[in-house]
Amino acid sequence: MNTTTKRLFTAASVTMVGLSASFSSLAYNDMPGGPAVRQLNFAAPVTKIMEDIHWLHWFMMIICTLIFIAVFGAMFYSIFKHRKSKGNKPADFHESTTVEIIWTIIPLIIVIGMALPATKTVVAMKDTTNADITIKATGYQWKWGYDYIKGEGEGIAFLSTLSTPREQINNLAEKSDTYLMEVDNEVVVPVNKKIRVITTANDVIHSWTVQGFGVKQDAIPGFVRDTWFKAEKIGTYRGQCSELCGKEHAFMPIVVRVVSDEDYSAWVSSKKKEMASMADDPSKTYTLEEAKARGAKVYAANCQVCHQPNGKGGGAFPALDGSMVVNGSKEGQYKILLNGKNAMPKWSALSDTELAAVMTYTRNSWGNHTGEVIQPSDFVTARAAK
Amino acid sequence: MSNVTTHDTMHDHSHDHDHAHAMPTGWRRWLFATNHKDIGTMYLIFAMMNLFAGGTMALLIRLELFQPGLQFLRPEFFNQLTTLHGLVMVFGAIMPAFVGFANLMIPLQIGASDMAFARMNNFSFWIMPVAASLLLGSFLAPGGAAAAGWTLYAPLSVQMGPGMDMAIFAIHLMGASSIMGSINIVVTILNMRAPGMSLMKMPMFCWTWLITAYLLIAVMPVLAGAITMVLTDRHFGTSFFAAAGGGDPVMYQHIFWFFGHPEVYIMILPAFGIVSEVIPTFARKKLFGYSSMVYATSSIAILSFIVWAHHMFATGMPVTGQLFFMYATMLIAVPTGVKIFNWIATMWQGSMTFETPMLWAVGFIFVFTVGGFTGLILAMAPIDIGLQDTYYVVAHFHYVLVAGSLFAMFSGFYYWAPKWTGFMVNETRGKIHFWCSMIFFNVTFFPMHFLGLAGMPRRYADYPVQFADFNVIASIGALGFGLSQLYFLLFVALPTYRGGKKAEAQSWEGAEGLEWTVPSPAPFHTFETPPVLTK
Repeated sequence: MNTTTKRLFTAASVTMVGLSASFSSLAYNDMPGGPAVRQLNFAAPVTKIMEDIHWLHWFMMIICTLIFIAVFGAMFYSIFKHRKSKGNKPADFHESTTVEIIWTIIPLIIVIGMALPATKTVVAMKDTTNADITIKATGYQWKWGYDYIKGEGEGIAFLSTLSTPREQINNLAEKSDTYLMEVDNEVVVPVNKKIRVITTANDVIHSWTVQGFGVKQDAIPGFVRDTWFKAEKIGTYRGQCSELCGKEHAFMPIVVRVVSDEDYSAWVSSKKKEMASMADDPSKTYTLEEAKARGAKVYAANCQVCHQPNGKGGGAFPALDGSMVVNGSKEGQYKILLNGKNAMPKWSALSDTELAAVMTYTRNSWGNHTGEVIQPSDFVTARAAK
Repeated sequence: MSNVTTHDTMHDHSHDHDHAHAMPTGWRRWLFATNHKDIGTMYLIFAMMNLFAGGTMALLIRLELFQPGLQFLRPEFFNQLTTLHGLVMVFGAIMPAFVGFANLMIPLQIGASDMAFARMNNFSFWIMPVAASLLLGSFLAPGGAAAAGWTLYAPLSVQMGPGMDMAIFAIHLMGASSIMGSINIVVTILNMRAPGMSLMKMPMFCWTWLITAYLLIAVMPVLAGAITMVLTDRHFGTSFFAAAGGGDPVMYQHIFWFFGHPEVYIMILPAFGIVSEVIPTFARKKLFGYSSMVYATSSIAILSFIVWAHHMFATGMPVTGQLFFMYATMLIAVPTGVKIFNWIATMWQGSMTFETPMLWAVGFIFVFTVGGFTGLILAMAPIDIGLQDTYYVVAHFHYVLVAGSLFAMFSGFYYWAPKWTGFMVNETRGKIHFWCSMIFFNVTFFPMHFLGLAGMPRRYADYPVQFADFNVIASIGALGFGLSQLYFLLFVALPTYRGGKKAEAQSWEGAEGLEWTVPSPAPFHTFETPPVLTK
């Protein structure tokens, strides 16, 4: 067998495996609060705005279909009737101002008719006043951060990261029904309350989207924008980042859990307790082992997508293992962690404790053995120095 | 448009020998080319190469998206492919191909001996291969090619490696080439028409290119400005698009789309021109509403400058901004509708035959209109919030750029190839190419409407399992579409240059216009003395 045939064979077998695997998607179920299998239309509406969008879309579809039938009915009639093979002799007409005016005015009237109902919805979508709860959503490469800044739950803050295991993405494990649209910490909001979402970003533009709410708002670094929703049904609703934000763009979903008022109050108090117990004491002194253990977690959550679990990096992302910066003066590494450099963002989402731990981890892992323990207080000094 | 007195074209031909610039031979003919037909041919070959380069990237993208999960490509490489696919197709395939059509056909259609600036024409072509090498070569740069999407949104484009700088320089060069090409076209059309050919008697293809050339001159510098600012943000410490230094990332989008929206009309207006030539020929009836076609084209061009922010409804514009851009965008449906009605009125009561060029033209109207309707739906700001950055948008712009621009160019190729090569294109093969392309195009892109409505974001290397089935269909369609174009290259285009049924000067029964008064293939020099028009 020569190489070309061999390659063809491989291609064919890959295709066959792919085909058989794809039809196994029949085995998947609809995602609760996410897309249905072979969904044909918008997500089921959870808010009044999304109901309006559904209505507008059907309205447009019906008008467009009618125009389509009229225009192409005429065209195909002409195509079948006015053929040379049917002996049709060409007519001589080639202009008519009246006709031109008619088919300018009529579409204009149709377009105005379309714009009017849309206007009402645009105005409603933009009205973010009188919100019951205000939540700030911050886009990071590649996760979302949430801060409850007004209303019940004020003060709650957490990061929300994709919880789909890497093995599923790399096809080493069966994919779940909520594949790529599940997170470790969901946004929780009460039902029938107006929630204002303020968006911003830390590095590049992201976009905060929940299909069922009819909400999509870009999160722009250095600026705030806002949008709102009032979910009318209890349940979990999902969306995915909708503005290209780099290599893990497909892996930073948004999940919102809508609960009853009582459940919300319960969630708020438990979340607050959890946060209090989790809070780090910035004056604590860590041993090497403690700091490394904590740093390993921070590394896994934030760094290893680019620098890889083995610290070898790849492509635009430099290796940390054996790196001059990681094995060099501490000041150099403080600077990069705090200020960023090229593709490396500034890690303002991490606390001094986390930064100190991850720095300790990188300086004492793989082939790096500096033996240094970086303390949270070192970062307090480093911040002051910059 | 105008009747032509019989013109002794052999006279042109015999003239060659005692002429100072006889036809050069060998590599000099191409490297030092100043002949509009040679340069036009080189543009078409160049565009074809880019079409296949960009098409290969598209197939790699569809290969990865065939299945949920990451199988073949890492996401960073996937992003490089989506970015370069867009840039190569827009700047390397569609735009140069239309410039090629302009070079080949405008002098023939207006009875000019060549383009106005023959040496600038040479320069504007030869910049292109350099730019394309820079763009494609950026895959080899450390960190790979640009991966910020063809729109190169800041601040993501500020983060990239040297591949981004190469892309920026490549776009600068291609922009310079486009501007030179446009100036050439404007001057040729305005100054070199045969005596008696007033502007309103000019063939529609020349009209659409005249308007397109003005659009290009107006907006290419805007793009150059935007990407230069990205470049200085990247390397020279400016903060045009960084809030920390007083800049604004959204400003990039405003500047980009101020270029970008006219750009999409740059890619469609010459297509309208080609279709307006083909339909009257095969309906054996004059183009209906010639002057209203000219006005409609101009209105589309003017409106294209005031609709740019409909690409940015999700950035969070004030309510008045959203309403203005929504209304202005919907208004474009009116002149576009007029064009479609005029084409159908041209067919009405004609005496139609359906040779391959006509099939592509009718196919164009049909599929382009689908793209027009989805455009109208996307123009509605509230619906757009649901669809922005989803596969619905991908479906929409492929319906207008592939089924629009590309299909019209195929129509133009089948229509004018007899004039370029001297041979008729094999009709059976042309029809196979048409039907395969038409079917596979729809198999590829129609399911994307559903994916978009269900919320699958674009530029995603991986997707939830619920989207799997439509992605399988799209990937199979894409492979079929790619193979159809390979069939076109190997079994239609290349054989036509080698031989076939001899073409008459008047290659099509119903064709009108000066290009059909010269022999097929058109001799190296044509219209050295301007033709005399009657009426």
